[in-house]
Amino acid sequence: MSGVRLLVGTRKGAFVLTADGSRKEWDVNGPLFTGWEIYHVTGSPADPDRLYASQTSGWFGQVVQRSDDGGATWEPVGNEFAYDGVPGTHQWYDGTQHPWEFARVWHFEPSRADPDTVFAGAEDAALFRSSDGGRNWEELSGLRAHRTGEQWQPGAGGLCLHTILIHPEHPERMVVAISAAGAFRTDDGGETWQPINRGLRSAELPDEDREVGHCVHRIAMNPSRPDVLFMQKHWDVMRSDDAGDSWREVSGNLPSDFGFPIAVHPHEPDTVYVVPIKSDSEHVPPDAKLRVYRSRNGGEDWEPLTKGLPQEHCYVNVLREAMAVDTLDPGGIYFGTTGGQVYASADGGDTWEAVVRDLPAVLSVETQTLP
Amino acid sequence: MIRVALPQHLRTLAGVDGEVSLDLDGAAMTQRAVLDALEATYPVLRGTIRDHGTAKRRDFIRFFACGRDLSLEPADDPLPDEVVSGREPFRVVGAMAGG
Repeated sequence: MSGVRLLVGTRKGAFVLTADGSRKEWDVNGPLFTGWEIYHVTGSPADPDRLYASQTSGWFGQVVQRSDDGGATWEPVGNEFAYDGVPGTHQWYDGTQHPWEFARVWHFEPSRADPDTVFAGAEDAALFRSSDGGRNWEELSGLRAHRTGEQWQPGAGGLCLHTILIHPEHPERMVVAISAAGAFRTDDGGETWQPINRGLRSAELPDEDREVGHCVHRIAMNPSRPDVLFMQKHWDVMRSDDAGDSWREVSGNLPSDFGFPIAVHPHEPDTVYVVPIKSDSEHVPPDAKLRVYRSRNGGEDWEPLTKGLPQEHCYVNVLREAMAVDTLDPGGIYFGTTGGQVYASADGGDTWEAVVRDLPAVLSVETQTLP
Repeated sequence: MIRVALPQHLRTLAGVDGEVSLDLDGAAMTQRAVLDALEATYPVLRGTIRDHGTAKRRDFIRFFACGRDLSLEPADDPLPDEVVSGREPFRVVGAMAGG
């Protein structure tokens, strides 16, 4: 019977949760790298035994951990993320220019074809690539060298590159997202990039057609329809049907269109999931009820999913990297909270169960569907 | 031999228990030489105490020896005799910060 492995990054270590295809009984292994912030753990689509973890600390900086046996053992690999050439500057909170400085890796995106090739999204915003399993990293500096780079400004969480989507058939096409610069696309493997923010509206920006400066929180797609993108922005849930060339709002009847994560059902490319949060200044669920909202028609209408989720006195948040889907049938949906719960649904979101309740604050959740 | 005391997280990362001993092999007995030797012996520590490239001490790392804070001393100044002789360890400390 096939199974699922959940890779959970938290403020105080990583956890590996496994279950068989029924997804009823879970083994919880961890913490790994206890005491470190684990921003992201993910596996290679080409080799499920190959995992990468971003282990960070305000004291000791960045460590990259790699596993070649599905998380049983780990090896620190390369942690030198050097910006290409003279790093230059970006805009700081006060409007002055500030030197680009590496802080941490927010996201790893392994190649679909080669377990040794992996991309890293960094703070301050930059895209790095390793072709040797994480031992050495080179910057794809065409992104940061974009003529708008000096205008990029950090969000409250830093100037982080947190989303990397690789086109499943044309890997030279990639989409990345940066808070609070916006979304960018390359069609030539990372040499050149264009902002793909047309149609985004950020009320704080006086120029509503501004090319950059949008706080994109997350972008998701279904690999069967890679040019259809769904975005959770600071406010607004957005959809693009042309690989980001244009966006339209699909917030519809959501109780709030502020939130962080967004995910697409593994088998139904028009089924989308978000977790609304009351507002940008409160970061708690509306009405103290933890509700995942599902749209089955690409964002036109949304329905609350509540069965098994706390519907009173709930004040947790779900961060941008903390929601994922498996590829079993029926599709499984998972998310982790800042309160340390990891919730799983083995029926596309109809019902939920807490896999584990008292972890440190969850930063990231990824899945691997195992043979 | 120079003795170096590392904080727990770096001991775990380097896979060592307790202090580590370094033979500087004729090099000048300075902070820079100790840290160069430490990183050469335990490459996994590169970037965790000093930044890659600039070799600048990370903000929340401090260096102590013989009851003194050496963090702001020039990296090429001689180390105290007690450290050079091995009577006292060179301490790498994760500064108290955060909550």
